[in-house]
Amino acid sequence: MQTVKVPGRNKKHKILVYALSTCGWCKRAKQFLKDNKIEYEYIDVDLCNLDDKQKIFKEIQSRGGILAYPTLIIDNKTLLTGAPQDKLKEALEI
Amino acid sequence: MTSIENVKKNAEMDAKTHGYFLTSDQTLLKELVNGLKKNEERYGYQSCPCRLASGKLELDRDIICPCDYRDPDVEEYGQCYCALYVTKDLHEGKTVIQPIPERRPTEKQARAYTISSEPSTSSTTDKKESPEKIFQTKMKLWYCKQCGYICYREDPPYTCPICKAKKEMFTELKITTIFH
Repeated sequence: MQTVKVPGRNKKHKILVYALSTCGWCKRAKQFLKDNKIEYEYIDVDLCNLDDKQKIFKEIQSRGGILAYPTLIIDNKTLLTGAPQDKLKEALEI
Repeated sequence: MTSIENVKKNAEMDAKTHGYFLTSDQTLLKELVNGLKKNEERYGYQSCPCRLASGKLELDRDIICPCDYRDPDVEEYGQCYCALYVTKDLHEGKTVIQPIPERRPTEKQARAYTISSEPSTSSTTDKKESPEKIFQTKMKLWYCKQCGYICYREDPPYTCPICKAKKEMFTELKITTIFH
Protein backbone atom coordinates (compact mmCIF):
# COMPACT_ATOMS: atom_id res chain seq x y z
CA MET A 1 0.00 0.00 0.00
CA GLN A 2 1.50 3.31 -1.11
CA THR A 3 1.49 6.09 1.47
CA VAL A 4 2.49 9.70 0.85
CA LYS A 5 4.91 11.15 3.38
CA VAL A 6 4.62 14.81 4.33
CA PRO A 7 7.79 15.90 6.09
CA GLY A 8 7.71 18.04 9.21
CA ARG A 9 10.01 19.09 12.05
CA ASN A 10 7.85 17.43 14.70
CA LYS A 11 8.47 13.70 14.44
CA LYS A 12 7.38 12.86 17.97
CA HIS A 13 4.51 10.65 16.79
CA LYS A 14 4.05 8.31 13.87
CA ILE A 15 0.87 9.44 12.16
CA LEU A 16 -1.03 7.75 9.38
CA VAL A 17 -4.03 9.55 7.91
CA TYR A 18 -6.66 7.63 5.99
CA ALA A 19 -8.35 10.31 3.88
CA LEU A 20 -10.47 10.92 0.80
CA SER A 21 -9.04 13.15 -1.91
CA THR A 22 -12.39 14.94 -2.21
CA CYS A 23 -13.10 15.45 1.48
CA GLY A 24 -12.95 18.94 2.97
CA TRP A 25 -12.50 17.63 6.54
CA CYS A 26 -9.58 15.46 5.42
CA LYS A 27 -7.90 18.44 3.78
CA ARG A 28 -8.46 20.41 6.96
CA ALA A 29 -6.80 17.70 9.08
CA LYS A 30 -3.84 17.46 6.69
CA GLN A 31 -3.48 21.23 6.72
CA PHE A 32 -3.58 21.29 10.52
CA LEU A 33 -0.72 18.79 10.71
CA LYS A 34 1.23 20.71 8.08
CA ASP A 35 0.66 24.06 9.81
CA ASN A 36 1.94 22.56 13.04
CA LYS A 37 4.95 21.14 11.21
CA ILE A 38 4.02 17.61 12.20
CA GLU A 39 5.36 14.83 10.03
CA TYR A 40 2.73 12.42 8.79
CA GLU A 41 1.84 9.94 6.11
CA TYR A 42 -1.47 9.70 4.32
CA ILE A 43 -3.41 7.50 1.96
CA ASP A 44 -6.30 8.80 -0.14
CA VAL A 45 -8.55 5.77 0.10
CA ASP A 46 -10.74 6.73 -2.88
CA LEU A 47 -7.66 6.55 -5.11
CA CYS A 48 -6.67 3.07 -3.91
CA ASN A 49 -7.30 -0.16 -5.77
CA LEU A 50 -9.86 -2.64 -4.47
CA ASP A 51 -7.28 -4.81 -2.67
CA ASP A 52 -5.98 -1.83 -0.72
CA LYS A 53 -9.49 -0.64 0.04
CA GLN A 54 -10.25 -4.04 1.55
CA LYS A 55 -7.07 -3.93 3.64
CA ILE A 56 -7.97 -0.45 4.91
CA PHE A 57 -11.51 -1.60 5.67
CA LYS A 58 -10.18 -4.50 7.79
CA GLU A 59 -7.55 -2.31 9.43
CA ILE A 60 -10.05 0.35 10.54
CA GLN A 61 -12.62 -2.20 11.66
CA SER A 62 -10.07 -4.31 13.57
CA ARG A 63 -9.14 -1.22 15.55
CA GLY A 64 -12.78 -0.62 16.41
CA GLY A 65 -13.01 2.41 14.14
CA ILE A 66 -15.89 3.47 11.96
CA LEU A 67 -15.70 3.95 8.21
CA ALA A 68 -15.40 7.72 8.29
CA TYR A 69 -12.72 10.10 7.07
CA PRO A 70 -10.31 11.37 8.06
CA THR A 71 -9.23 8.50 10.30
CA LEU A 72 -5.88 9.01 12.00
CA ILE A 73 -3.80 6.24 13.49
CA ILE A 74 -1.31 7.66 15.94
CA ASP A 75 1.73 5.60 16.99
CA ASN A 76 0.05 2.51 15.61
CA LYS A 77 -2.35 2.42 18.57
CA THR A 78 -4.66 5.45 18.92
CA LEU A 79 -7.42 5.78 16.35
CA LEU A 80 -9.03 9.16 15.88
CA THR A 81 -12.06 9.61 13.62
CA GLY A 82 -13.05 12.94 12.13
CA ALA A 83 -9.99 14.56 13.70
CA PRO A 84 -11.61 17.30 15.77
CA GLN A 85 -8.83 19.78 16.51
CA ASP A 86 -9.13 19.65 20.31
CA LYS A 87 -8.75 15.86 20.36
CA LEU A 88 -5.98 16.04 17.80
CA LYS A 89 -4.07 18.56 19.90
CA GLU A 90 -4.51 16.40 22.97
CA ALA A 91 -3.34 13.23 21.20
CA LEU A 92 -0.34 14.98 19.66
CA GLU A 93 0.49 16.94 22.82
CA ILE A 94 0.59 20.33 21.12
CA MET B 1 -20.91 17.79 -17.23
CA THR B 2 -21.75 20.46 -14.68
CA SER B 3 -19.31 23.35 -14.30
CA ILE B 4 -17.88 24.21 -10.87
CA GLU B 5 -19.98 27.40 -10.84
CA ASN B 6 -23.12 25.43 -11.57
CA VAL B 7 -22.35 22.80 -8.90
CA LYS B 8 -22.22 25.66 -6.41
CA LYS B 9 -25.26 27.40 -7.88
CA ASN B 10 -27.32 24.19 -7.73
CA ALA B 11 -26.32 23.68 -4.09
CA GLU B 12 -27.26 27.28 -3.31
CA MET B 13 -30.64 26.85 -4.97
CA ASP B 14 -31.29 23.60 -3.14
CA ALA B 15 -30.31 25.18 0.18
CA LYS B 16 -32.71 28.06 -0.47
CA THR B 17 -35.54 25.71 -1.39
CA HIS B 18 -35.17 23.79 1.86
CA GLY B 19 -34.48 26.73 4.14
CA TYR B 20 -30.81 25.84 4.61
CA PHE B 21 -27.59 27.75 3.97
CA LEU B 22 -24.26 26.73 2.53
CA THR B 23 -21.31 26.75 4.91
CA SER B 24 -19.84 30.23 5.32
CA ASP B 25 -16.34 28.72 5.54
CA GLN B 26 -15.26 29.61 2.02
CA THR B 27 -12.24 27.26 2.01
CA LEU B 28 -14.38 24.30 3.05
CA LEU B 29 -17.11 25.31 0.59
CA LYS B 30 -14.64 25.45 -2.28
CA GLU B 31 -13.18 22.05 -1.37
CA LEU B 32 -16.60 20.43 -1.10
CA VAL B 33 -17.80 21.90 -4.41
CA ASN B 34 -14.58 20.73 -6.08
CA GLY B 35 -15.10 17.31 -4.49
CA LEU B 36 -18.63 17.06 -5.88
CA LYS B 37 -17.38 18.04 -9.31
CA LYS B 38 -14.57 15.48 -9.12
CA ASN B 39 -17.01 12.74 -8.13
CA GLU B 40 -19.27 13.66 -11.04
CA GLU B 41 -16.29 13.31 -13.37
CA ARG B 42 -15.31 9.96 -11.84
CA TYR B 43 -18.68 8.31 -11.33
CA GLY B 44 -21.14 10.32 -13.42
CA TYR B 45 -22.97 11.63 -10.36
CA GLN B 46 -22.21 13.98 -7.52
CA SER B 47 -21.75 11.62 -4.60
CA CYS B 48 -20.87 13.01 -1.17
CA PRO B 49 -17.24 14.21 -1.19
CA CYS B 50 -16.77 13.05 2.41
CA ARG B 51 -17.86 9.45 1.88
CA LEU B 52 -16.27 6.63 -0.05
CA ALA B 53 -18.48 5.85 -3.06
CA SER B 54 -18.67 2.45 -4.73
CA GLY B 55 -18.94 3.99 -8.18
CA LYS B 56 -22.15 2.07 -8.77
CA LEU B 57 -25.11 4.41 -9.00
CA GLU B 58 -27.63 2.08 -7.38
CA LEU B 59 -25.36 1.47 -4.40
CA ASP B 60 -24.48 5.13 -3.98
CA ARG B 61 -27.94 6.56 -4.52
CA ASP B 62 -28.35 7.41 -0.84
CA ILE B 63 -25.15 9.48 -0.81
CA ILE B 64 -25.75 11.51 -3.96
CA CYS B 65 -25.70 15.13 -2.81
CA PRO B 66 -28.01 16.24 -1.28
CA CYS B 67 -27.83 12.85 0.41
CA ASP B 68 -30.63 10.97 2.15
CA TYR B 69 -29.11 11.82 5.51
CA ARG B 70 -28.93 15.59 5.04
CA ASP B 71 -32.35 16.48 6.42
CA PRO B 72 -32.15 14.40 9.62
CA ASP B 73 -28.54 15.56 10.16
CA VAL B 74 -29.39 19.24 9.72
CA GLU B 75 -32.33 18.75 12.03
CA GLU B 76 -30.24 17.06 14.74
CA TYR B 77 -26.82 18.71 14.37
CA GLY B 78 -27.52 21.87 12.38
CA GLN B 79 -25.35 20.64 9.51
CA CYS B 80 -25.09 17.79 7.05
CA TYR B 81 -22.31 15.19 7.30
CA CYS B 82 -19.81 17.15 5.22
CA ALA B 83 -21.14 20.55 6.45
CA LEU B 84 -22.01 21.81 2.97
CA TYR B 85 -25.58 22.44 4.14
CA VAL B 86 -26.00 24.18 7.47
CA THR B 87 -28.62 26.05 9.46
CA LYS B 88 -28.71 29.84 9.73
CA ASP B 89 -26.97 29.71 13.14
CA LEU B 90 -24.03 27.81 11.77
CA HIS B 91 -23.94 29.95 8.64
CA GLU B 92 -23.70 33.07 10.78
CA GLY B 93 -21.02 31.49 12.96
CA LYS B 94 -23.12 31.43 16.13
CA THR B 95 -22.42 27.71 16.33
CA VAL B 96 -19.17 26.18 15.15
CA ILE B 97 -19.22 23.48 12.49
CA GLN B 98 -17.58 20.25 13.50
CA PRO B 99 -17.47 16.60 12.42
CA ILE B 100 -20.74 14.82 13.21
CA PRO B 101 -21.48 11.09 13.56
CA GLU B 102 -22.12 9.05 10.43
CA ARG B 103 -25.78 8.18 10.02
CA ARG B 104 -25.31 5.97 6.96
CA PRO B 105 -25.55 2.29 7.96
CA THR B 106 -22.18 0.49 8.08
CA GLU B 107 -23.40 -2.28 5.77
CA LYS B 108 -24.03 0.31 3.05
CA GLN B 109 -20.65 1.95 3.58
CA ALA B 110 -18.91 -1.42 3.52
CA ARG B 111 -19.94 -2.12 -0.08
CA ALA B 112 -17.57 0.53 -1.39
CA TYR B 113 -14.71 -1.63 -0.08
CA THR B 114 -15.83 -4.84 -1.73
CA ILE B 115 -16.98 -3.67 -5.13
CA SER B 116 -14.62 -2.30 -7.71
CA SER B 117 -15.54 1.17 -8.93
CA GLU B 118 -14.04 0.20 -12.27
CA PRO B 119 -16.30 -1.46 -14.85
CA SER B 120 -16.01 -5.24 -14.28
CA THR B 121 -14.21 -7.10 -17.02
CA SER B 122 -13.44 -10.45 -15.45
CA SER B 123 -14.95 -12.92 -13.05
CA THR B 124 -12.59 -12.00 -10.20
CA THR B 125 -15.43 -10.51 -8.20
CA ASP B 126 -17.29 -12.93 -6.03
CA LYS B 127 -20.65 -13.54 -7.66
CA LYS B 128 -22.48 -13.18 -4.35
CA GLU B 129 -21.13 -9.68 -3.96
CA SER B 130 -21.68 -8.52 -7.52
CA PRO B 131 -23.84 -5.40 -7.76
CA GLU B 132 -26.02 -7.12 -10.30
CA LYS B 133 -26.99 -9.68 -7.68
CA ILE B 134 -27.64 -6.98 -5.12
CA PHE B 135 -29.89 -5.09 -7.54
CA GLN B 136 -31.86 -8.22 -8.26
CA THR B 137 -32.46 -9.02 -4.65
CA LYS B 138 -32.79 -5.69 -2.96
CA MET B 139 -34.27 -3.04 -5.24
CA LYS B 140 -37.89 -2.25 -4.50
CA LEU B 141 -40.57 0.22 -5.50
CA TRP B 142 -41.47 2.62 -2.69
CA TYR B 143 -44.58 4.74 -2.54
CA CYS B 144 -45.15 7.90 -0.47
CA LYS B 145 -48.59 7.55 1.06
CA GLN B 146 -48.82 11.33 1.49
CA CYS B 147 -48.18 12.59 -2.05
CA GLY B 148 -47.92 9.53 -4.26
CA TYR B 149 -44.22 9.93 -5.12
CA ILE B 150 -42.75 6.62 -6.28
CA CYS B 151 -39.09 5.65 -6.31
CA TYR B 152 -37.16 2.50 -7.14
CA ARG B 153 -34.36 1.89 -4.67
CA GLU B 154 -33.23 -0.31 -1.79
CA ASP B 155 -34.82 1.67 1.01
CA PRO B 156 -37.24 4.58 1.03
CA PRO B 157 -35.60 8.01 1.43
CA TYR B 158 -35.44 9.55 4.92
CA THR B 159 -37.62 12.38 3.64
CA CYS B 160 -39.88 12.47 0.60
CA PRO B 161 -38.24 14.84 -1.91
CA ILE B 162 -41.67 16.07 -3.03
CA CYS B 163 -43.78 16.56 0.10
CA LYS B 164 -41.15 16.17 2.86
CA ALA B 165 -43.04 13.33 4.53
CA LYS B 166 -40.89 11.18 6.82
CA LYS B 167 -39.58 7.75 5.86
CA GLU B 168 -42.37 6.09 7.81
CA MET B 169 -44.88 7.43 5.27
CA PHE B 170 -43.35 5.20 2.58
CA THR B 171 -44.69 1.77 1.87
CA GLU B 172 -43.45 -0.88 -0.50
CA LEU B 173 -45.38 -0.94 -3.73
CA LYS B 174 -46.18 -4.39 -5.03
CA ILE B 175 -47.55 -4.68 -8.51
CA THR B 176 -49.65 -7.64 -9.44
CA THR B 177 -50.54 -8.20 -13.05
CA ILE B 178 -53.65 -10.25 -13.65
CA PHE B 179 -54.06 -11.87 -17.05
CA HIS B 180 -57.54 -12.70 -18.24
